[in-house]
Amino acid sequence: MNYFLGLFVSGLTRGSIYALLALGYTMVYGIIELINFAHGEIYMIGAFTALILASVLSIAGLDAISILVIASLVAMIYSAAYGFTMEKIAYKPVRNSQRLSALISAIGMSLFLQNYVRLAQTSNFLPFPTLIPRLGFLQQLTFQVTSAQFVIFVTTTVVMILLTLLIKFSRVGKSMRAASQDKTMAMLLGVNVNRVIALTFVIGSATAALGGVLISSFTGQINFYIGFMAGIKAFVAAVLGGIGSIPGAVLGSFVLGWTESFGAGYISSDYEDVFAFAILVLILIFKPSGLLGRPENKKV
Amino acid sequence: MVLDVRGLTMDFGGLRAVDQVDLQVNEGEIVALIGPNGAGKTTFFNCVTGMYVPTAGTVTIARPGTDARQITRMRPHLITAQGLARTFQNIRLFPEMTVLENVMIGRDCRLSAGILGAIMRNKKTVAEEKQVVLDSYAMLEIVGIGRWANETAKNLPYGAQRRLEIARALATEPFLLLLDEPAAGMNPQETRDLVALIRRLRTDHQLSIFLIEHDMSLVMTLSERIYVMDYGKLIAVGDPGEVRRDPSVIKAYLGEDVSA
Amino acid sequence: MSSQATTQPQPGRYLAYAWRSLLVSIWFAILTFPIIVIRANTITGTITWRWHNIGWIVGGTFVGSWIWRYFLERKRAGAEATMGPLRQRLAAARAVVTQAARRPAVARGGIAALLLLVVAFPFVGGMYQTNIMTTALLYVVLGLGLNIIIGLGGMLHIGYIAFYALGAYSYALLNLHFGLNFWLALPVGALVGGLFSLAIGIPVLRLRGDYLAIVTLAFAEITRLVLENWSSLTFGTAGIRNIPRPAIAGIRLTLPQTTTFVYFIMILMVVLTIFVVNRLENSRIGRQFVAMKEDFIACQAMGVNIARTKLAALGLGGMWAGLAGVVFAARTTFINPASFTVWESIIVLCTVVLGGMGSIPGVITGALVLILVPEYLRAFAQFRMLLFGAVLVTMMVFRPGGLIQKRRRAYTISAQEKQVAAEIGDPGIQG
Repeated sequence: MNYFLGLFVSGLTRGSIYALLALGYTMVYGIIELINFAHGEIYMIGAFTALILASVLSIAGLDAISILVIASLVAMIYSAAYGFTMEKIAYKPVRNSQRLSALISAIGMSLFLQNYVRLAQTSNFLPFPTLIPRLGFLQQLTFQVTSAQFVIFVTTTVVMILLTLLIKFSRVGKSMRAASQDKTMAMLLGVNVNRVIALTFVIGSATAALGGVLISSFTGQINFYIGFMAGIKAFVAAVLGGIGSIPGAVLGSFVLGWTESFGAGYISSDYEDVFAFAILVLILIFKPSGLLGRPENKKV
Repeated sequence: MVLDVRGLTMDFGGLRAVDQVDLQVNEGEIVALIGPNGAGKTTFFNCVTGMYVPTAGTVTIARPGTDARQITRMRPHLITAQGLARTFQNIRLFPEMTVLENVMIGRDCRLSAGILGAIMRNKKTVAEEKQVVLDSYAMLEIVGIGRWANETAKNLPYGAQRRLEIARALATEPFLLLLDEPAAGMNPQETRDLVALIRRLRTDHQLSIFLIEHDMSLVMTLSERIYVMDYGKLIAVGDPGEVRRDPSVIKAYLGEDVSA
Repeated sequence: MSSQATTQPQPGRYLAYAWRSLLVSIWFAILTFPIIVIRANTITGTITWRWHNIGWIVGGTFVGSWIWRYFLERKRAGAEATMGPLRQRLAAARAVVTQAARRPAVARGGIAALLLLVVAFPFVGGMYQTNIMTTALLYVVLGLGLNIIIGLGGMLHIGYIAFYALGAYSYALLNLHFGLNFWLALPVGALVGGLFSLAIGIPVLRLRGDYLAIVTLAFAEITRLVLENWSSLTFGTAGIRNIPRPAIAGIRLTLPQTTTFVYFIMILMVVLTIFVVNRLENSRIGRQFVAMKEDFIACQAMGVNIARTKLAALGLGGMWAGLAGVVFAARTTFINPASFTVWESIIVLCTVVLGGMGSIPGVITGALVLILVPEYLRAFAQFRMLLFGAVLVTMMVFRPGGLIQKRRRAYTISAQEKQVAAEIGDPGIQG
């Protein structure tokens, strides 16, 4: 039973991690129907920014909590800026071209950012400092939950609620929904579509950076390549939940997290990644709209 | 009767876009389907041509001189091979291909060359290819755009693009031509030429024609029978005079308050 | 802005350019600051500050932004409107060359010179050069194969290297267990590549383009992971050693001789690929591919069986990867899963995109440039992948058709045939 619980909790953590990334994917896809292959790279850049900042700040002698807060905030701001710039350079100019162009551009961006960090920093794994403090009350639970796992889970839940509220009730959220339904019409009604798209990238990237910081302090190491696989997994989660849907992204992430963790625990850990991809293929074949997505009609 | 649609219904989620529509087209007839925006005309078209799978109802066709056959739920390319060809409301050419190649795609369902033939370039394939070029060029001449054969399709003037769509549809050897708003965006002169072309197609090529149109004058001069749809339902059928006088049609087009 | 773009540039506009570029370079200086300037090594606990890098970024982005803006505006204004003197001269030169190439004597001379160059290359260049060229030729075949799927069929496939891997492993394993020789392995590899490509194609037939991309990526990763973990069959990450090189029965070749031999095998394979792809392109099949890429809904409505067309493109594309994979295994004599990562697929994608999607000379140029340039500019080698990324983005923004853009074929119709056709049509409505 303890083994099961352990796997359950580790699946939950994984799910929360994927969710922080999947949210950005789903938001961007919802609005411009583009798989942003470089989303995982934004997450990686967020983690690196936090690592660099934490190293500088710890030499400056700040305490752990301040470092965690400052590093996370700066990482979010920087990743948001990267997301914003990336949209301006690689996506906006091809928005009216064929879909194929935008996808290739996204792949190029992903390749570029990975190697940018590899060349400017290092291609080796770097240990990531433990930024999340130990939470005393967790020790009293009957099953093993680490502080990092707890913090990741709580953060994901909060971010998901905030984003849902933002999209449902705020003016910006309404503009986003309008732009995702019909960009021309939204523009005619006075929505600044360019700004809405840029903002979507900014929010999605900041969320990804938060994920980067939390996950790296959980796994304890990073390198330039961590974004790629995480990005693909998050995309799988977003598709699984129904791409374009915020609660769907979170549900999909948890389902994926559990599948991987139980699959690795009870079947074989060698094929951990295969489970994720197998799920993707199955869902696309049998229910392409995902668990919570609405079926779409092709326009003729 | 070349087209016989019975009780056709199409639901999108909770929305009923087409509701129990019966419609017939007789041999050699020009029939129009009209209705306000969003009445479900294009959806109806898409159900008939197999682009959408209707929720209920049947579609039966009969090439003149052959037995009737059901084509409900058949895949679009097979329906085209049966002899139903269509054009699109918002022109859908192959923009980077040449005008001639666009028509050659229309011939595709009448060809038999395979991968091996393409690589080996045997006698049969070569002869077939040569014939395709000639047949396709003839189609271009029929609609009057032969001189643009080697032009890239996207560079054609608007009116010629509409004609090219018709040529491409003709190339599939249809007995029933479905035109989705063929006069959209055309000036009065172009519209008059189009009317002449459609009439000529019917007489010269033994076609029946079923069209959706917004341009009332075109519909009234061209069609022999008119079906009127509103909110997915048929509200009137008749010749142009009858339809023009029908109170429910007037109401659908002008809203509740006729005096406005 | 756009109304100005068509007129001659004014000094005021350059000033505006400079100002915008300055702002951009400041933005990038701030944006790249933590990653570019500070290097944190958490293993040794040291921090290096590299202030000089800021200079590179500011200078680079200033110039870059200027060029970017210039080209973006030109693209907006349309190429003809702003055809500068340089471009006019280039166009004139191109016209002269194509004119000359039409003359049979010149064309024959050109082909003879090319043939001589190709044949002499391994004897003049030596083993090292020949090896590099063979690698480039492998990528030419891969590029032309992927071009069938992406350039003609319009399906973004980013798991192409999986079929290359399967081709390589089929030869290695069949040779190991059953002693299958290289020549028999070639068709087997092609068959395996084509069939697997079809097998992946069938379940994803209904999917839209971007989903197809991610599913092909997933399949490629699954393939690699299986090759890595199914050790009893594939020997896992250790790979397979001592795969026999291509040989002619009864003759023992020295290593340099084999290198030359493999080079010529690749030359023949490239010629075969060009021949087949060219024939496919100019046939009913090629037309179906392009029409499907341009508008699959219209294509379907015109009576083309989309499912079959997609499968044909996938199968024909996969075959070349399988074929190339066999040569790869025979040439290196050692394969392991690490040679077949996603990034290899992306490199092949790059060659197709740079050269020109759908254009045979384009893809050949793209593959030769992208593989040979980094080989010869060793100092550049570490920037290779960075540049590939940049190439993909800039090509898509400025020239999505690639360096050498595909021209559609013009058909000639004789005057007599025109006459016949015109009699069917009614001249009264022309004009």
